[in-house]
Amino acid sequence: MIEWMLHLPGIIVVIPLVMAIIVALLPSRLGWLGAVLGSGLSFWAAIVLVMHMLEATAMTRISYYLGGWPPPWGIEFAVDHATTLVIVTITALGFLSTLSGNTLIFKDIHDEDKGRFFAAWLLTLGGLLGLVMTADAFNLFVFFEISSLASVTLVAMGSGRDKRALVAAFNYLVIGAIGATFYVIGVGFCYAMTGTLNMVDMAARLPDVANPVPVYIGLAFMVSGVMVKAAVFPVHFWLPPSYGYAPMAVTSLLAAIATKASLYVLIRILMTIFGGIADIPLLIMQWVLMPLALMAILLGTILAIYEKDAKFMLAHSSVAQIGYIVLGFGVATMAGVQSGFIHIANHAMIKGGMFIGLGGLAMAVAGKTDFSSLAGLGRRMPLTSSGFLICGLSLIGVPLTAGFISKFYLVSAIISAGYWQIAAIVLLSSALSVIYLWRLVETLWFSPANESETRLPEQPMIYLPLWVLAGANIWLGIDAGLITGLAKMASITLFGGIS
Amino acid sequence: MTADNAIILGLVVPLAVAVLTPVFGSRPDIRDILGPLGGIVSFYAAMTIALAVLNGETPEWFILSISEGLNFSFKVTPLGAVFGLVASGLWIMAAIYSVGYMRGNDEANQTRFNAFYAIAVHAALAIAWSGNLLMLFIFYEVLTFSTYPLVIHKQTKDAMWAGRLYMGILVGTSLMLLLPAVIWVWIATGSLDFVPGGILAGKIDPGYVPWMLALFAFGVGKSALMPIHRWLPAAMVAPTPVSALLHAVAVVKAGVFTMLMVVVYIFGYDFLSITGGSVWLIWLASFTILASSVIAIQKDDIKARLAYSTISQLSYIVLGAALANELAAKGAALHIVMHASAKITLFFCAGAIYVSAHLNKVSQLNGLGYRMPLIFIAFFLASLSIIGIPPLGGSWSKFLLMAGAADNAMIMVIIVLAVSSLMNVWYLLEPVIRGFYLPEKSPVHVEKLPLVVIPPVLTAILCIVLFFAPWPFLSLINMMVMP
Repeated sequence: MIEWMLHLPGIIVVIPLVMAIIVALLPSRLGWLGAVLGSGLSFWAAIVLVMHMLEATAMTRISYYLGGWPPPWGIEFAVDHATTLVIVTITALGFLSTLSGNTLIFKDIHDEDKGRFFAAWLLTLGGLLGLVMTADAFNLFVFFEISSLASVTLVAMGSGRDKRALVAAFNYLVIGAIGATFYVIGVGFCYAMTGTLNMVDMAARLPDVANPVPVYIGLAFMVSGVMVKAAVFPVHFWLPPSYGYAPMAVTSLLAAIATKASLYVLIRILMTIFGGIADIPLLIMQWVLMPLALMAILLGTILAIYEKDAKFMLAHSSVAQIGYIVLGFGVATMAGVQSGFIHIANHAMIKGGMFIGLGGLAMAVAGKTDFSSLAGLGRRMPLTSSGFLICGLSLIGVPLTAGFISKFYLVSAIISAGYWQIAAIVLLSSALSVIYLWRLVETLWFSPANESETRLPEQPMIYLPLWVLAGANIWLGIDAGLITGLAKMASITLFGGIS
Repeated sequence: MTADNAIILGLVVPLAVAVLTPVFGSRPDIRDILGPLGGIVSFYAAMTIALAVLNGETPEWFILSISEGLNFSFKVTPLGAVFGLVASGLWIMAAIYSVGYMRGNDEANQTRFNAFYAIAVHAALAIAWSGNLLMLFIFYEVLTFSTYPLVIHKQTKDAMWAGRLYMGILVGTSLMLLLPAVIWVWIATGSLDFVPGGILAGKIDPGYVPWMLALFAFGVGKSALMPIHRWLPAAMVAPTPVSALLHAVAVVKAGVFTMLMVVVYIFGYDFLSITGGSVWLIWLASFTILASSVIAIQKDDIKARLAYSTISQLSYIVLGAALANELAAKGAALHIVMHASAKITLFFCAGAIYVSAHLNKVSQLNGLGYRMPLIFIAFFLASLSIIGIPPLGGSWSKFLLMAGAADNAMIMVIIVLAVSSLMNVWYLLEPVIRGFYLPEKSPVHVEKLPLVVIPPVLTAILCIVLFFAPWPFLSLINMMVMP
């Protein structure tokens, strides 16, 4: 292995964070270029790292410790096969959202604020990447705070259009802070019992703790804290208003990657840190995560059906889709966890594409996203709307799209584990999701337009990233081996911690 | 050309038509010739494939591996070769007819119409030649989604409502019932390949067989078994070329084709027969045959009457699959061919009457027979084929189905088939009798439109030809039931 590659786990996280500072100091008009550079470099570093992991089969874990202090004392960043899919997904979607970001901002943010805006943008990205990379339980809390505070700032910037964005951002801030606090309380319990903060070290020591009760309390606090961040039902309620009132550019970034990192942390805590403790994590997955996931799936889908604004509709649908991911984890079999990872990647592509596309369409009608404003736009902006439609078909799991692969693996995992009734609920809700997507299809293509039926100008920086995602949805829906293979390795790696 | 390449050609050509249609959107003459040309090339490919299958080959197009034992690939079974011939051959006729109909009617959005029409044919051919159950499911869904813009073509309130019903029933049933059935087979056997004799024997508890068959029977909404048949009459709001090719041939036949493939190659009719898992389906299909005939008699709208007739005839094929013996399976497979050629003729005639005389009710047809003799004679011949009277093709399939019922010693089923034939006489010959024997009420203006007259005449002749020369299809069908 080439020497400098050992630094990659750190580099991936540090690039966006450093670029954030640079961007904040540079003139505003350079803000977007800095963000593209930062997210692009980070994406490139992730690709190099993952390619290397896949080539060197013996390489199961690359560890990097800050300041030359070896773990368990120093802060460690680590990559193993459970990380690869998530890190590529987050950096790729971060990069694509950034590409369309400057155009999507539209009139939401004043030119002189763009420097600070993209600084917060990069901090969000860096914070989320840190969540995935860090191998230190307390350091994880730090990254939670970085990403939360930065993304709250981004959401609040929607106040130029609608003042309710401030309320949404405040709720997001308070609830996020509660989640982070719960998490750090849990870490405190475990630190008290084991005397270490390094995840691997903690995992090794936890089974030997004489009195397990504080450990269980710590586990409960940590899991509930992360569930808030991941917007798992019933602590998901901050998500629809935040996504709905945030500037469209921010929504496309957050919807694609923000909850994904937290979902990864959730499964990592359950299976890596607490993987050594018999039965308890599995019980939590089956008896806590699975029922909550089912509630999220049904509730999110039904609320989406009754929503009158496309942006909020997609936000409610995100709650349901997070439910699918958590449900896969909740099945707690190798196939179940694999399906969760598959959907992390696929849903990022789907929702990232849909919000970028919706933003592009909304720009033609002064940024409005309610159904009556969007009427007839599909015919007037064919490039944007067809890319949007492909991502939408993937959302409902039509064959030949990535969403179908997600559904096939999820339902297979559920039926293999013997949960027939749960499979029925999942299939019912996926059929219901056709309803809300079809309302959009009828509105965009088959409703009379508000104005004349002329073609509207389309933005290349919207439809190019959008079509990259739409193409990926089709490509990975046919040649699914790449994602399912990485997800399988992730699942095997995590189960290595248990069995 | 090898048969393997013929699969690629046959599947790519309709897609190419779909892509080129918008390119030539502003030049209608070039755009409208693409469909018939594509039909001829696809039919040539389908014939190449059928000949190869007759020679004992298995044409295959491997694209990629989805996972262990599951490929994204096409692989032609004898039954698939039959369906491929039917879909591509009738596409030629329907494409020619469609030009005459759409232009004669001055329909809007003809470019969009032609493009999605070609995609639908592509999906039907992909279903016919799919290499495993998952591929079949994938293109089953593609067919649903690609026909939606055709169903709502007129974009009226009725059409939009019909579109919702269409999507609601077809997507809903396939996602909630067919998909889990496919996954169940996959988990139970670790394979989704079509194997003569089936793959399920010994892999699942015989007690579950009726349930799994129910998931398939109701999951395949396209076969329009009662009570999930409502989408088909609703879809008649679409322009007649859609009703003719898609809702008499490609879409509905894809449904019964799926059922037949599942019974022959997944369950294996011997396994189904031993477990008795399909007895309930025999009675449900019989009920559908009679009930929809009763409804058809009451319909005055020609297309609605033909739609209920289609529902009835589709259940013949489901019945043949459910009887689970060799003769019945042959009869069901042959009925796909015979009913397709007859019913497309009937729809062509109904559309021709509408576009040249602007009439769409049975009760308006008095005396029209002498004004449009070719159309009414074609209608008459196709009706005889559906009733099952020699010398028309439909008599063979009905004969085999009755023989299959006799094989199971099911007198009641034979009676059902006989009664259904009598009701066919009633509701299909009424338009012909009105046309030739009742006096014209008020003179109507009849336009001369050769493009909508020639296709039904040709398909009516085909119905006669199929009586005297059913051998190509019969030989393929015989190969289907060979172990």
